Amino acid sequence: MTAQSRMSARDLLNESLSGLFARPARMALTVLGTVIGLAALVATLGLSRTTGNRIVERFDELVATEVVATPRPSASSAGAAALPWDAGERITRLNGVVAAGTLSKVDVGDRLVSASPVNDPQNPTSFRLTISAVSPGLFPAVRAALATGRLFDEGHSQRTDRVAVLGSAAADRLGITRVDQLPALRIGDETVLVIGILEGVARQPELLSAVIIPEGTARTLFRLASPALAVVDTKIGAAKLIAAQLPLALRPDDPRALRVASPPEPTRVRDAVQSDLDLLFLVLGGVSLLVGAIGIANVTLVSVMERTGEIGLRRALGATRGHVAAQFLVESTTLGFVGGIIGACMGTLVVVIVSALNTWTPVLDPMVPLLAPIIGALTGLVSGTYPAIRAARFEPVDALRAGT
Amino acid sequence: MPETITAPVVELTKLSKRFGADPPVDALVDVNLRVETGDWIAIVGPSGSGKSTLLNIVGCLDTATSGSYRLDGIEATSLDERQRAGLRSREIGFVFQSFHLLSYRSVLENVMLADVYRGERPANRRARAQRALERVALDHRAHFLPTRLSGGERQRAAIARALTGSPRLLLCDEPTGNLDSATTATVLDLFAELNEQGMTIMMITHERDVAARARRDVRIVDGVLTEQL
Repeated sequence: MTAQSRMSARDLLNESLSGLFARPARMALTVLGTVIGLAALVATLGLSRTTGNRIVERFDELVATEVVATPRPSASSAGAAALPWDAGERITRLNGVVAAGTLSKVDVGDRLVSASPVNDPQNPTSFRLTISAVSPGLFPAVRAALATGRLFDEGHSQRTDRVAVLGSAAADRLGITRVDQLPALRIGDETVLVIGILEGVARQPELLSAVIIPEGTARTLFRLASPALAVVDTKIGAAKLIAAQLPLALRPDDPRALRVASPPEPTRVRDAVQSDLDLLFLVLGGVSLLVGAIGIANVTLVSVMERTGEIGLRRALGATRGHVAAQFLVESTTLGFVGGIIGACMGTLVVVIVSALNTWTPVLDPMVPLLAPIIGALTGLVSGTYPAIRAARFEPVDALRAGT
Repeated sequence: MPETITAPVVELTKLSKRFGADPPVDALVDVNLRVETGDWIAIVGPSGSGKSTLLNIVGCLDTATSGSYRLDGIEATSLDERQRAGLRSREIGFVFQSFHLLSYRSVLENVMLADVYRGERPANRRARAQRALERVALDHRAHFLPTRLSGGERQRAAIARALTGSPRLLLCDEPTGNLDSATTATVLDLFAELNEQGMTIMMITHERDVAARARRDVRIVDGVLTEQL
């Protein structure tokens, strides 16, 4: 009975590693391709996650909850008002709507707005200002904040009360800062009382430079034909649904008469740009990984050719062909593994540095840097297969006589 | 020593080796050879005569086409690759013309390398290597790199590596081919000393002076082996 030749895993690792570290400079250069490839892959995946996270951070709640309906221009000629006067109430009944109201710009011709009864040619006190007619529901729909006074309500509109709310910019121009005395305002020959001043609005910012009067008042004083615009504030996530339901709710007779603007989707646009860029970098990373693999294969093959003597010696000392092949496979796998570790470190560092420079929060799936060394090792294993087979095929005595 | 009951270290019977098929080349033809324990045999012959083929087969690195080869009583021709590798590591110590020391490892580490494929416990290897180096009187160079040794010292380190496993046979391929005559003499003195201690030595050489130091002398020409008397 003859004992077989055997080699412990520890010895195999030891022999392979000392073979590698005998030529540190070569090892470093060989690993470079894998390092670059895997660093590019890790950095790309990390940065794409990081910028993806940034988009979520910037998610615009205001934009995502706004739906605006306007009459379709071609349909308005039909005669019937495209938007009904009770549009706000109808919309509010839909599930998912927070607030809704209508808004129109009133055509007042050449009429100027003045806060002073005195007509001073040296110091004009009359201005051309936008007159907007709104339903009371519009104020919450645009998230209006009041600076002073009050807003008008449904009663004012129904009674066609001559009241107005000023946008902050309009109030500045007219020189009105307080409303406790109910200052009067002349729009052409009509007088309205200012009951409130807006501080700001989240939507429809042109309201801030307008004189805002109730719709009912506008119908009586200025013959407003129909609302020009319906603004809806929805719950988060409901905007798409509301946008689909809106035409039917407002114009069951002719839903096509309305044009509904649903929230734009900036994230999707950015995603498209980002994924193009990601693809480019992933391809680049893949290509450099491939180049790295070829590099490992090449250097391992050269190393096999240089070490024919050592291979012959090991065979003579009792190594089987398998032992020799295993040694070179472990060497190339180690090269790939080391490249993977360094690549993962560098890729992670790139993600952190880029994030720091842009004050982003670096986001990286922990599996990415952990998988990089495994991918590197597999690359090395595949690259080393052919050289290992070559090494195993050497005839030991030829190798011993040829080598040094 | 009761040599009659121990098998010869090497016993070749009608051993032939044929290479290729078109046309076939006969490297060895019906070789018969007995090498007893404690023998020292030199194999001489011109290049291309079949010396290296014989070395391959005796060293269990290759198999014969026909015939029988018994190494220490074990029929080597019927063994598989792993078993032959095991036989190489336990029964045979190889010594080469160009030493084959790994240049990036110390002399001691080079000697310890022989135990890697024997499955020897790592804890024992250092002591075994140290003893082998003492046997060739090179223990004072244990921590040198081979590049800092002279040619004779390198060959003694290689012999120490061959001796660690207490092999039955020391198989030498042109062991003095790279050495000057003074160093050749010291290496041959070492072989003589080992042979005195009972080591069986098979030595391939083309130098007549070297062959003359051996106890026996066989000549191989065109694959045919003849004993020099």
